[in-house]
Amino acid sequence: MTRYGALSLLRGGLSGQTNWQPAWREPAPKSGYDVVIIGGGGHGLATAHYLAANHGITNVAVIERGWIGGGNTGRNTTIIRSNYFFPQSAAFYDFSVRLYEGLTRALDYNIMFSQRGMWMLAHDRHGLEMLRRSANAMRLNGVDAELHDEAGVRAAIPQLNPNPRFPVLGGLCQPRGGSARHDAVAWGYARAASAAGVHILQNTEVTGFRIAGGRVTGVQTSRGEIGCGKVGVAVAGHSSVVGKLAGLSLPVQSYALQAFVSEPVKPCLDTVVLSPATGTYLSQSDKGELVMGAGLDLFLSYAQRGSLPWMEQTAAGVIELFPQFSRLRFLRQWAGICDVVHDSSPIIDESEVAGLHFNCGWGTGGFKAIPAGGWCLAHHLATGEAHALAKDFGFARFRTGALIDEAAGAGIAH
Amino acid sequence: MLNIDCPYCGPRAESEYRCGGESLIQRPALDCSDAEWADYLYTRNNPKGVHIERWHHVHGCGMWFNAARSTVTHQIFATWGMTDPVPELPE
Amino acid sequence: MSGYRLAEGGRIDRSRTVRFRWGGQPYEGHPGDTLASALLANGVSIVGRSFKYHRPRGLLGAGLEEPNALLQLGDGATTVPNRKATEVELFDGLSASAVNAWPSPELDLMAVNGLVKRFIPAAFYYKTFTWPHWRWFEPAIRKAAGLGRAPEAADPDRYDQRHAHEDLLVVGGGLAGLAAALEAARAGRQVLLVEGDALLGGAIFGRQSADDRAEAERLAAALSALPNVTLKTRTLAVGYHDHNLLSLVERLTDHLPEDRRRGPRQRLWKVRAGEVVLATGAIERPLVFDGNDLPGVMLASAAGLYLERHAVAPGRRVVLACNNDRAWGAALALAEAGVRVEAILEARAEVEPALLAAARGAGIVVETGTTVLQALGRRGVTGVRTTRLDAQGHATGEGRRLPCDCLLMSGGFSPVVHLHSQAGGSLGWDEGLQAFVPGAQPQACRSVGAAAGDLDLSIRPLWHVARAGADPSPSAWVDFQNDVTAGDVALAHREAFRSVEHLKRYTTLGMASDQGKTSNVNGLAIMGTLLGKAPADVGTTRFRPPYDPSTMGAYAGLRRGDLLRPAAGLPAHAAHEALGAVFEEYGHWLRPAFYPRAGEGEARAVAREAAAVRASAGLFDASPLGKIAVKGPDAATFLDRIYVGTISTLKPGRCRYGLMLNEHGILFDDGVVARIAEDHFLVGTTSGHAAAVQAAFQEWLQCEWTGLAVASENVTQGWAVMNVAGPHARTILQSLETDIDLSADAFPHLAHREGTLEGVHCRIQRVSFTGELSFEVAVPTRYGLALHARLMEAGAPFGITPFGVEALMILRTEKGFLHLGSDTDGMTLPQDIGFGGPVTTKKVDFVGRRSCLRPDGQRADRRQFVGLESLDGRLLPVGAHVLRPGEAAPGRSQGWVTSSVNSPNLGRPHALAMIEAGQSRLGEEICVWDLGTSHRARIVDPCAFDPEGVRMHG
Repeated sequence: MTRYGALSLLRGGLSGQTNWQPAWREPAPKSGYDVVIIGGGGHGLATAHYLAANHGITNVAVIERGWIGGGNTGRNTTIIRSNYFFPQSAAFYDFSVRLYEGLTRALDYNIMFSQRGMWMLAHDRHGLEMLRRSANAMRLNGVDAELHDEAGVRAAIPQLNPNPRFPVLGGLCQPRGGSARHDAVAWGYARAASAAGVHILQNTEVTGFRIAGGRVTGVQTSRGEIGCGKVGVAVAGHSSVVGKLAGLSLPVQSYALQAFVSEPVKPCLDTVVLSPATGTYLSQSDKGELVMGAGLDLFLSYAQRGSLPWMEQTAAGVIELFPQFSRLRFLRQWAGICDVVHDSSPIIDESEVAGLHFNCGWGTGGFKAIPAGGWCLAHHLATGEAHALAKDFGFARFRTGALIDEAAGAGIAH
Repeated sequence: MLNIDCPYCGPRAESEYRCGGESLIQRPALDCSDAEWADYLYTRNNPKGVHIERWHHVHGCGMWFNAARSTVTHQIFATWGMTDPVPELPE
Repeated sequence: MSGYRLAEGGRIDRSRTVRFRWGGQPYEGHPGDTLASALLANGVSIVGRSFKYHRPRGLLGAGLEEPNALLQLGDGATTVPNRKATEVELFDGLSASAVNAWPSPELDLMAVNGLVKRFIPAAFYYKTFTWPHWRWFEPAIRKAAGLGRAPEAADPDRYDQRHAHEDLLVVGGGLAGLAAALEAARAGRQVLLVEGDALLGGAIFGRQSADDRAEAERLAAALSALPNVTLKTRTLAVGYHDHNLLSLVERLTDHLPEDRRRGPRQRLWKVRAGEVVLATGAIERPLVFDGNDLPGVMLASAAGLYLERHAVAPGRRVVLACNNDRAWGAALALAEAGVRVEAILEARAEVEPALLAAARGAGIVVETGTTVLQALGRRGVTGVRTTRLDAQGHATGEGRRLPCDCLLMSGGFSPVVHLHSQAGGSLGWDEGLQAFVPGAQPQACRSVGAAAGDLDLSIRPLWHVARAGADPSPSAWVDFQNDVTAGDVALAHREAFRSVEHLKRYTTLGMASDQGKTSNVNGLAIMGTLLGKAPADVGTTRFRPPYDPSTMGAYAGLRRGDLLRPAAGLPAHAAHEALGAVFEEYGHWLRPAFYPRAGEGEARAVAREAAAVRASAGLFDASPLGKIAVKGPDAATFLDRIYVGTISTLKPGRCRYGLMLNEHGILFDDGVVARIAEDHFLVGTTSGHAAAVQAAFQEWLQCEWTGLAVASENVTQGWAVMNVAGPHARTILQSLETDIDLSADAFPHLAHREGTLEGVHCRIQRVSFTGELSFEVAVPTRYGLALHARLMEAGAPFGITPFGVEALMILRTEKGFLHLGSDTDGMTLPQDIGFGGPVTTKKVDFVGRRSCLRPDGQRADRRQFVGLESLDGRLLPVGAHVLRPGEAAPGRSQGWVTSSVNSPNLGRPHALAMIEAGQSRLGEEICVWDLGTSHRARIVDPCAFDPEGVRMHG
């Protein structure tokens, strides 16, 4: 792997850009691998990377139906945070943030993690009490959290609407929260994994599993059958579809979540802002686009299409927060398919089919979890044991009722 | 914005409705096992294709009804009353 | 480029002059001009700078495809960034300047980026800026990025929205659209035709023949005469959504001088159409050769349009380079208008004799099998270097040098398939056209005219002018706005970013504000040549709404300010206002939080109110409490399945407190249910939750227990409810005229009575959330204000005190009464708040019961509802967490404070909390930790006031 840096750019400039190597190889599939990862998104590629980097397992294939990073990894609003309520969630997501903090160096790929702070606003007394409850939980969980009154919020975000419909009573800031370049995360992991020997097989669709004696022994693909010792599935909104190929039904539902960008403008917003009253969140990318998100279309969908009602609501929500943005224009609307489970917490576990592991249930927030999700799935695949950070995020909780309901933790009562 | 044909009111915009998720799920008895109960609460068919789901015309007549809808194209093949038999549907 | 206005022609009004400013300098144009045509007519050649290298750029196009001429329009609160000069109709007083250039596009200091261009190719930022840390570089990069400036003050304009339902929506007012509309209209269908431009008629190849123009006028006139047709110009279809819903943005005032703008600025149309006809035309593609981004290099169709519409010539010595027959029209028209056309460089080897004859007649030199190797010049094109093409389409060497000040180019035409694709339609590659054309379409939609590929084109593919074996050039532009060159496409290929989506994301090709309208096909075709694949096999990226950037304000429409979410007012709102109430929103209801007297702050007012209720009497507006009528022979059976407790044993005329769960066992709602008759119940819900409870009832009744004969109806808004509470409550109520016996024996606690009060039908329930003797008096909503006034009057001798939600919270917290949503959350099971009995013992199943019986519900260390006594006398903050004594962060939370008050009646703080195994830990000292501050507290019973309930039952 050629090292990146100013020197390599200098060499590129002098050589007519002929010095660059492919970021990943395009090998022909082998007849078998120790581990097959299904899904070349952030989680799948990170799993492959950590299998190699942490466990020395390099006889690995990542099988991707389309192009790597093309699912939710490349469709989300790129927010990274660990402002979680429950100790299990906080430990897991903060580990992820810590990995993100070192990821550019670890991968030799600038993922542009920009810790510009993540703000959650409170618009009424109850909302402010809930932010306090969250702030205290975060601090007890060892996560950075600042609770601010209205003046504090307005000092940090001076552009906020001075005459809002929903008053701003305060805000919770996680200073280490922020955003990163989503594509770069997928590409950086892919480059590192490929360099370690992992095969990345794009345009390869898994069509079935070979299961013998309750244990997975291979996958059928559009490029032939590939044998394997273990399988990790990290396909987000398509988890149920892949699960069904192994005869499994999962506690997952697939919903479209949409996002929007405006045209690029000069810097006008320096943090990530989330307003519960309007369900809107936004930040400004380094390119200058406002990146905006909203809620799920609450009917099942595998169509990666946005819908008009959310576009209208998002516009209204953004303008309520920042009425000066009303004249900016939507440039693009799109959607990703989210794998939603009842308690909005992930599943990183081995399924009833021995050797067949799932990494899913990320709902609307999988991007921030990519490093930890990959790390923990790789650990489980390599050692046969759930990683300590992931042991509560298994299938069993749906039977016992020990859900880790972060929506409830955030004070959403019923 | 879907256009949904309420069996009682005719076609109306999606904003008048609320989707209640997968329909025709059997509710187990109180003495079922934890696994059966978990299946009922959480396991969903979640097909990439035709889905039988129920909708509530909440800002309309107030009636619940069933719909068969493609989760890929969002095309709605049929709507029918909760206690009516399932009509013939595409695969 | 030295554009100028021709002496005659064009569809402009030469009798009037329009004055405008560009970059601070005054200029003139005519009505009918766009800002682009006016700038061109004034000889302005550099209209902007590119995003990355800040290269000088001139007009490339004449319509929405324009990537270069981006401007900041106006200033102050109404400024708009990134408008395309080609879409801005000229008006008197218009003021605009280029974006992303300082101090001006002529002399842009950021052009220094261009000097280091070869060291910062596509995606260079992924490979550097990592030492010492990204955050050292990011601020400067953010400052350099972005195009225009966002306004800094609230948008003063209004935006409107409308719905329409049409038999047929025709998108595009060119010939094909007009003809389709007329045919449908004559068949009696209701037709809406929309055109984004200010004029009907269309102009795919820039120039229309006189015949075409006459035909367009005839069609438009015929349509205008029909009552079942609506024609809308300045209305752009931007989104194609599910089930044939389209979003259109109509520009109502943007084209007017500011002092003539009235009413909404723009209107978002939401059109549900039985059928949609897409007549959206086609967009010309540039040729990709070295220097193709120099000012003065323009699409042929754009030159044709500037000539036809605005009588503007793009230069004085023009060369056309093309690979198709359709581009010739522009050159011939310019020549006919007296503009010197030096040469036509035609990539095709053979040319139609008629075209050749026409060119010869106009004195134009024609070179076939030839194209431009390089456009020459620094700040504008001064000439071209030609090259012969070999049979494979490769450049063969340096040909002639032709001087010119304007180079027109045409690399073919791409049908505008955006809406077709948004609708879910597939695309196919048309070999004859060398373009993507619409394929199968799942919605009721068809494309016609050029949008359908109906172009009658003779074309030779020419994706990139280069010698055989040469690498794609880093000096030949593909995406003009984002500065992506053919060399960048090659770099992406070399580095494995070969899928069309990787190409886009890695190089940013097609991601600029023009969304690749002129660049996508060239980019993917160049990638195709590198991969040895046909463009069809490379594929294209998905098209997404909106077709053209669209104002967010139009999508928000009227959802601004109070209309964003109108709050529900109380029937007696005016009375509360007169009493000086401070209103706050609680669950969509605007309710009195407290009633401060002169000089009183919130804390004192709330304490005074809370004390007055216990000392004498208080009046609380309880109208938002939900009320659901449940009737029918099976009503009691139904409610037994809904409530945790048993309802069927309730006697008519009596009330009972009850809890509802959702199917997951989580507390869903609580309240008092009254049995009015054997088959008639009134279910009380928490404020703001009645609709959700009614929806849940209906779901169970309609979807699960379809055999039960029960009807339910949310009657909340039918009743105004006033709560009289306090030791004098009965006396006050008795002083009103009523046929209800209010005496303690006749009307015990938890009784429900109906009768008349002051001649009005009323329902009275003796229920208490304050712990005092308490009556909830309900009358039809329209009597709410009168009832409030009568009670205040009757209570005056006893000093009746109106109290708000905050005092109620003190009173119920003193009593340890749970407030759903404050003391509970989405994890709370009934056993956590002391209602575990029915979960194990009730005779019938009820909603959520099975969930409570799962292993996690049976854990002994579940958080339980308790009280907290502050041991250091300070208020325990809500949201503070419970730790072991002496512990601090980081640490393990055992629970949290859910409600907390400074009790005027206890003379000390009291709090409620959810704490692990709390009920078995009464008396234990714990630490309450809040953002670094520790409080000592003791776990106590939730109820701290009148634990025997003497006052309530009195």
